[in-house]
Amino acid sequence: MHTPAPIGRTPAAADAPPAVVHLLGGTRRSIRLLGLIGMALACAPLVVRSEFHLTFMTLALYSTLLGSAWNILGGFGGQYSFGHAVFFGLGAYTGAILQVHAGLPAWTGLLAGSAIGGAAGAALGAISFRYGLRGSYFALVTLAMAEVFRIIANSVPFTGAGVGMMIELRSGPADLQFESRQGYYYFALALALVALAVSSWVRHSRFGAALAAVRDNEDAARALGIDATRIKVAATALSGSLMAAGGVFYLQYFHYIDPMLVFGPAVSVEALLGPIVGGLGTVLGPLIGAFALALVSQVATQALGQAPALSMALYGVILIVMVTFLPRGLGRLRLRRGRHA
Amino acid sequence: MNVDSTPGEILLAVDELHGGYGAVEVLRGISLQVRQGEIIALLGSNGAGKSTFINTVCGLLAPGHGRVEWLGRDITRLGSAGIVAQGLIQVPEGRRVFPNLSVLENLILGSYRRGRAARQANLERVLTIFPRLRERSGQSAGTLSGGEQQMLAIGRALMGEPVLLILDEPSLGLAPLIVEEMFGLIAQLNREGLTILLVEQNVAQSLELANRAHVIENGSVVFGGSRAELLATDRLRRAYLGS
Repeated sequence: MHTPAPIGRTPAAADAPPAVVHLLGGTRRSIRLLGLIGMALACAPLVVRSEFHLTFMTLALYSTLLGSAWNILGGFGGQYSFGHAVFFGLGAYTGAILQVHAGLPAWTGLLAGSAIGGAAGAALGAISFRYGLRGSYFALVTLAMAEVFRIIANSVPFTGAGVGMMIELRSGPADLQFESRQGYYYFALALALVALAVSSWVRHSRFGAALAAVRDNEDAARALGIDATRIKVAATALSGSLMAAGGVFYLQYFHYIDPMLVFGPAVSVEALLGPIVGGLGTVLGPLIGAFALALVSQVATQALGQAPALSMALYGVILIVMVTFLPRGLGRLRLRRGRHA
Repeated sequence: MNVDSTPGEILLAVDELHGGYGAVEVLRGISLQVRQGEIIALLGSNGAGKSTFINTVCGLLAPGHGRVEWLGRDITRLGSAGIVAQGLIQVPEGRRVFPNLSVLENLILGSYRRGRAARQANLERVLTIFPRLRERSGQSAGTLSGGEQQMLAIGRALMGEPVLLILDEPSLGLAPLIVEEMFGLIAQLNREGLTILLVEQNVAQSLELANRAHVIENGSVVFGGSRAELLATDRLRRAYLGS
């Protein structure tokens, strides 16, 4: 193409700086911000001495991992899954089966679990998106898939059926079990930082732009030659892989899993609440949401701890208020100017 | 543009194309040809099947019977990604920019099928054609005015290095002055060597620009010829120009 003379009524803009700087600047800023957050969180155990508070932060980081995983598909991709427990459970059971039946060390479970979660994501995405499932239909398929796996895990012998599975207590970083609270804290922090780094990559990459384009207007994206199905399948795989790592963390932390615990709807809900409260489709939304929700849950428990049902109700009320008054999430309060979170 | 084709060579040849939505047949055998360097106007009232036609040609809708050829090669079932890579690119009706992405990200996505170096070069060209977009590059596309969004949609399509650009109702919902500017741009792009298929309801202005026009009614081409021939056909002149 030759270059036609400029049109439009503002020729003054010709000497504006090259536009590409914006994208790269956003990436660098995002990496710097994540680095700072990572360092601050890594130093936190030096200040936070109480086991109670460290456990609180460990579980909030674990929740950040689940939220970030869900957010890649749900936030950046606009495909709402109500059954992310399917990936979580696959990761947890992969880890447990490799340790209990094959006698392999836990880190192999982390790798294999993530790989299986990714493969399951690709398969689920391929089946759903090839047939054009969107919106509530996709949500229902994911919900059903988690239930199917819960029932399978409840029925077959090698998962211990309804009894569940328990892993041996061993202590050592290679076994991903830790005697100190700090050990688990750093394990959760490492996984959460990986998830946040992947989110940041998605946010600033060409893949992420294509994913957002498909979310905003799939037909227009296809008109540009973007293979919408492939992009969504890839996002589901990435999301499933990180979610499965969350399942492995759960196994290493609690040493015990059963079908309801890891394939049940509570896990799926935990994964989607954080990003919705913190800010859908933002890098830091799941982190902000996870800590805010952990705090709310703690406040509710301490205020009405004697009556667990009431504390859950209070938690629900606070949640409704947050979603009503901050529909775009807590993370957008500060970041209203741009999307370079 | 980037293809060395002698002027007048047939770029796009559509033969008896059928298509629609599931069981609903909208296109009842459409045939037309677009030659290198032309501006072709595709006219017809609402619901005649114009958008269905171009979406089927571009691989966004599944075709029924019939054949679409690009430079003599069958592309009927190539799929939208492959067709865009060939340089057959459309600017969809209603602009359809990605509102939550920045102007720059919208443009970059236009070069999705191209390499990194080509992307950068295309970006510089498009931002030179549309200085306004350079000015607004960091802004999210949803905050642009209607005219700016149309420029962005065209710029985004140019990022894909089109050989034939299909514009679906580019003047829809724009102020008269902006429409004037838009048609000026189309003429200019054509002078630079871009072949254009213009789908429009703005018949008078399209005919001033176009070398030839096709009229679609009820999913069939009822007329194909020059502006003079169309004006000489009483029924069509009355129906589309009102006099």
